Amino acid sequence: MNELVFFINNVVIAGSVTGSIYAIGAVGVTLIFSIMRFAHFAHGDMMTFGAFMVLLLASAFPGAGAAFGVPAALVLLPVAMALTALLAVGIDRAFYKPLRAHGVKPIVLVIGSLGVTLMLQGLIRLFSGTGGQSLYVDDRKEIFRLALPFEGVRVPVVITEPQLWLFGITLVTVVGLHLFLTRSRLGKAMRAMSDNPDLAQASGINTNTIVAVTWVIAGGLAAIAGTLLSLDVTFKPDLSFFLLLPIFAAAIVGGVGHPFGAVAGGFVVGFAETLAVFNWSVLLRPFRDSLPEWLTQAGNLAFVGTEYKIVVPFFILVVILVWRPTGIFKGKVI
Amino acid sequence: MPLLDARNVHGGYGGMNILNGVDMAIESDQIGVIVGPNGAGKSTMLKAVFGLLHVSQGEILLRGEPIHNLPPNKLVQKGMGFVPQENNVFPSLTVKENLEMGAFLKPGNVKRMLAQVFEFFPPLHEKRHQPAGELSGGQRQMVAMGRALMAEPSLLLLDEPTAGLSPLYMNEIFEQVKRVNSAGVGILMVEQNAKQALGIADKGFVLAAGQNRFTDTGAALLADPDVAKSFLGG
Repeated sequence: MNELVFFINNVVIAGSVTGSIYAIGAVGVTLIFSIMRFAHFAHGDMMTFGAFMVLLLASAFPGAGAAFGVPAALVLLPVAMALTALLAVGIDRAFYKPLRAHGVKPIVLVIGSLGVTLMLQGLIRLFSGTGGQSLYVDDRKEIFRLALPFEGVRVPVVITEPQLWLFGITLVTVVGLHLFLTRSRLGKAMRAMSDNPDLAQASGINTNTIVAVTWVIAGGLAAIAGTLLSLDVTFKPDLSFFLLLPIFAAAIVGGVGHPFGAVAGGFVVGFAETLAVFNWSVLLRPFRDSLPEWLTQAGNLAFVGTEYKIVVPFFILVVILVWRPTGIFKGKVI
Repeated sequence: MPLLDARNVHGGYGGMNILNGVDMAIESDQIGVIVGPNGAGKSTMLKAVFGLLHVSQGEILLRGEPIHNLPPNKLVQKGMGFVPQENNVFPSLTVKENLEMGAFLKPGNVKRMLAQVFEFFPPLHEKRHQPAGELSGGQRQMVAMGRALMAEPSLLLLDEPTAGLSPLYMNEIFEQVKRVNSAGVGILMVEQNAKQALGIADKGFVLAAGQNRFTDTGAALLADPDVAKSFLGG
């Protein structure tokens, strides 16, 4: 039973945390691709920007959350989302829109977004410094230890307060996005434009408005993902940049242009990563008597070492691109 | 005043002229049909009317108001609907959502127009929750026409609505075009099936090399031996 709790702590909870963050990041990437048809490499740094806004706001108003009994960072998240949305629309106006107006190939936009990445990251570094900072400025990070009511279980299930928030916010975000895309007039128009931009225009849909709405949503989602990530660990100027690969892997696994595929892809990649670095020898311990010695003697039975975690999304990406380039949900091939 | 009045329209892509002076006029209760050999500029003319092509010379008037070189979404506001020949539905959207997109500029009308379109095309009501990409060619054409009708256009432009359809569906589409027209919508359509199309046409335009070759009522064109010999295959 203790082994099971160990599994829950190190795989179920850790995988869900990683998966949720990848999922929200991948949804933004996939929405941008489905409307503007280019891979937005600056998405990771838009996430960092969102988290940085939360850090600034939480440092300025550390007591903001006390009245509601929640961390200041979460109360100020909507403001950070609005600021990041504003940044996303501004970046589009300043950099991507002129490129689109020239009718450039998507690859030019991709390289442009690489430039935006470097610029954003540099700017954030300039103001935040290079070290890690906690988004829990004035609040205490609660850690819950839930003892399971079984005999012989000594290890509790451990879950932190930001992780609970993360699960809740992910759920609300995904459900909210689903309702927006399937029920609202603008959401349906977004899907229509993703399907057939010429026909959308011929139907009287103003495609410039849809592009702006897409950036607002992508910016808001990026702020959520970046903040949740920084709450779980700490804020660092390059934290989300290193998530770019798994997030793109998640979007492609789910089928590019498929928001719910991206959510599924996020969890697939998140759990694959977690399972790959999980030490399976712990789970084998109860069966040690009936297993060959070489298996039980090995101290670490993980597929890859933690330091090689990043190869897992790479591996998944290659496998998917070779065997099923359209992803789980038949998205558009890049 | 005619509903649509195109005078001496010149235009093309990238400096190459495809239209070399086309005249076309239809009244608000008429069906106009454009026929002619491949490369005559039939679809190009339709695209010029819907603002998808730069008109370099001449003018296009909608109820007397010049509309050439206005963007398509402005033309939708002015009461024009366009059904392209290909890719004319949103495949991943349901039939109902496809139709709703047609009324994007008039969200208040959605309920009333949905009921009207379903009355026009009963098979669509049955399939309203199905993605349009899963429908047959004929049903897709109904979705495409229905989407354009949702904005309550006064002029509907159809680019080869029967292309690739079986003869059975072809007749059905022509019947529906007639019914839409009798509900008060002016129609301008390009057709490969020239004989059948001219059969329902109030006005027929035979184009060749980007110019009018013959312009008359549909019946007169069908009866004209010259037209029959050169354009209708005897």
